[in-house]
Amino acid sequence: MKTKKARILEIEPLTRVEGHGKVTVHLDENNKVTEARLHIVEFRGFERFIQGRLLWEVPVIVQRLCGICPVSHHLAAAKAMDMIVGVDQLTPTAEKMRRLMHYGQVMQSNVLHFFHLCSPDLLFGFSAPAKKRNIFSIIKEFPDLAKKGVLMRKFGQEVILHTAGKKIHGNSAIPGGINKNLSIAERDSLLKDIDQMLEWSQEAVDISKNYTLEHLGLVEAFGNFKSNHMSLVREDGALDLYDGGLRAIDASGNLIFDHMDYRNFDQFIMEEVKPWSYMKFPFIKSRGNLDGWYRVGPLARMNTISFIDTPLANARHAEFREFSKHKPANMTLAYHWARMIEVLHCVEKIKELLLDPDLQGSDLKLTGERREEGIAVIEAPRGSLFHHYKVNENDQVTYCNLIVSTTHNNTAMNLAVTDVAKKYISGQSRITEAMLNHIEVAVRAYDPCLSCATHALGQMPLVVELFDADNNLIDTGSQFVNKSPIQTT
Amino acid sequence: MKKKRIATTSLAGCFGCHMSLLDIDERIFDLLELVEFDRSPLNDLKKFTRRCDIGLIEGGCCNEENVHVLREFRQNCDILVAVGQCAMMGGLPVMRNAIMHSDDPLRECLDEAFCTPKVLNPENQIPNDPALPLLLDKVYTCVDVVKIDYQIPGCPPSGETIWRALNALVKNEAPALEYDLIKYD
Ligand code: SF4
Repeated sequence: MKTKKARILEIEPLTRVEGHGKVTVHLDENNKVTEARLHIVEFRGFERFIQGRLLWEVPVIVQRLCGICPVSHHLAAAKAMDMIVGVDQLTPTAEKMRRLMHYGQVMQSNVLHFFHLCSPDLLFGFSAPAKKRNIFSIIKEFPDLAKKGVLMRKFGQEVILHTAGKKIHGNSAIPGGINKNLSIAERDSLLKDIDQMLEWSQEAVDISKNYTLEHLGLVEAFGNFKSNHMSLVREDGALDLYDGGLRAIDASGNLIFDHMDYRNFDQFIMEEVKPWSYMKFPFIKSRGNLDGWYRVGPLARMNTISFIDTPLANARHAEFREFSKHKPANMTLAYHWARMIEVLHCVEKIKELLLDPDLQGSDLKLTGERREEGIAVIEAPRGSLFHHYKVNENDQVTYCNLIVSTTHNNTAMNLAVTDVAKKYISGQSRITEAMLNHIEVAVRAYDPCLSCATHALGQMPLVVELFDADNNLIDTGSQFVNKSPIQTT
Repeated sequence: MKKKRIATTSLAGCFGCHMSLLDIDERIFDLLELVEFDRSPLNDLKKFTRRCDIGLIEGGCCNEENVHVLREFRQNCDILVAVGQCAMMGGLPVMRNAIMHSDDPLRECLDEAFCTPKVLNPENQIPNDPALPLLLDKVYTCVDVVKIDYQIPGCPPSGETIWRALNALVKNEAPALEYDLIKYD
């Protein structure tokens, strides 16, 4: 008989985008989980190879890091370049066009995540057979719901088309402004569906809310841990996805900082490098690298903001705060509910903007006094996105630093994975497919842009490899290919 | 008519080409009448369950694993299509090959990201865990690595372009795209 040793289980999701993730679960000799790690295995080198490029190219190039939230990168870069060309306040037409584009983006990305990606877990259960857990089964078994998801995403993409010029990787935001306005024909084509979208997004809030309430036991036990939270907020504390100051709170809701000018972000935030992942680990400097990590994204935003400035979403936010007893909600699975409240907010904002005649204005671009440095933060679908550049007198980029939304959630995702692995894998002698999916569900709730989609579109297919203490591969299998439970010894 | 089997993958790409496939919107319902998806990030299949008629590749090759996956696709698909600029010509990631005056562009990229005073990394260690696949010295396009049967340009090709190309391939025809569907931006 083999003597028992400490082992590493390797769980490898294969799908990806701007990063490809993999999970390893570390077991001691009694099959107890000691730690689980989410490794980001892809590396681009953008911060180096953008050096030397011209400033106007940056908003067009940088969005190619992520095809799921390209608008967020496009706009964050454009905002940083506004600062460099000396424009602190855009024309109303330019600012409103950019905002409209951004609301379209957040709406489509959140809808994609909920309907195309997560609904199979929520509707079929975390333990449903792998073969079934995908959007194609949803299309077959819940065609009405699938259709709403598809059409809501389409609507968001069309808002982007008419504001950015293309559904994916548009080019309308330029340093100091925008290069197009919204024609009456474009406006009317969007307005005709807006009330339908309002109705469906309210249904989506109901679905995600009811799921949370009906599965409260699971939601409370699953990846539920205390953390700090951070997001932009408007001057009056309202949710603002496009601009504002940074607010961070701790797990009890106490302010760590508020209305922080993001142009000084490097005095407040730092990133740590760990040898096992290409994704860095940011933390709030004043709290140190061990306690200073935080969460961003829809859940964090619902926790940090004081209110929402659109009536329907504000009522839903109040409901959410009631549920969490006016304390920060720390449950990983509550991200879904928060995400749908944001969809509703975006649709309300889109309607408000479409009715605003400023969008047909022709004052599109300003210039000002040239600066060397540009810093911007925007609330992307997955959380705060930081872009920082320096540009020389020849218009060439000399320095670039990006902290993308998913990176902020790095420590939180690792803890969620560890927490779930401890609960569902510790002490088990066999690893079942269902256990693996529980780990996926924990990562998936953060909608990581590890790929702006390590699995954005579907489930993460998993391969598990078993290593003994000397790192020799002793068994391998995947949840689909090998349907029998995988032996761990 | 027997449904064609399709496999898709994203190598060093941004997922935008997959997103563009989803931009066929309601026609996804029609597509499912014509094809069945095998290995793809759209579902749970990590390995090929059997030989496929069509493989769609997004992205070029940045690390050893990308190369491995691409070769697997060539072995398992009758027709292999490079979808988008990254698969055809390297796209954004290939910009790292073009760092001027450098003998080791990859090293420069890693140093810029991990060995700077702006991060907490006392020993200036570049991530090197065995769980991380080896990065390639430079970024390679799909054609550099395997034989590719068709290429669909665009970053990404529009939903309409992908839809037309797929419809032709499903009927065993070569995709003949009209001029206005072929875009390079
Ligand atoms: S071709 Fe463009 S859209 Fe497609 S993966 Fe590459 S960067 Fe993304």
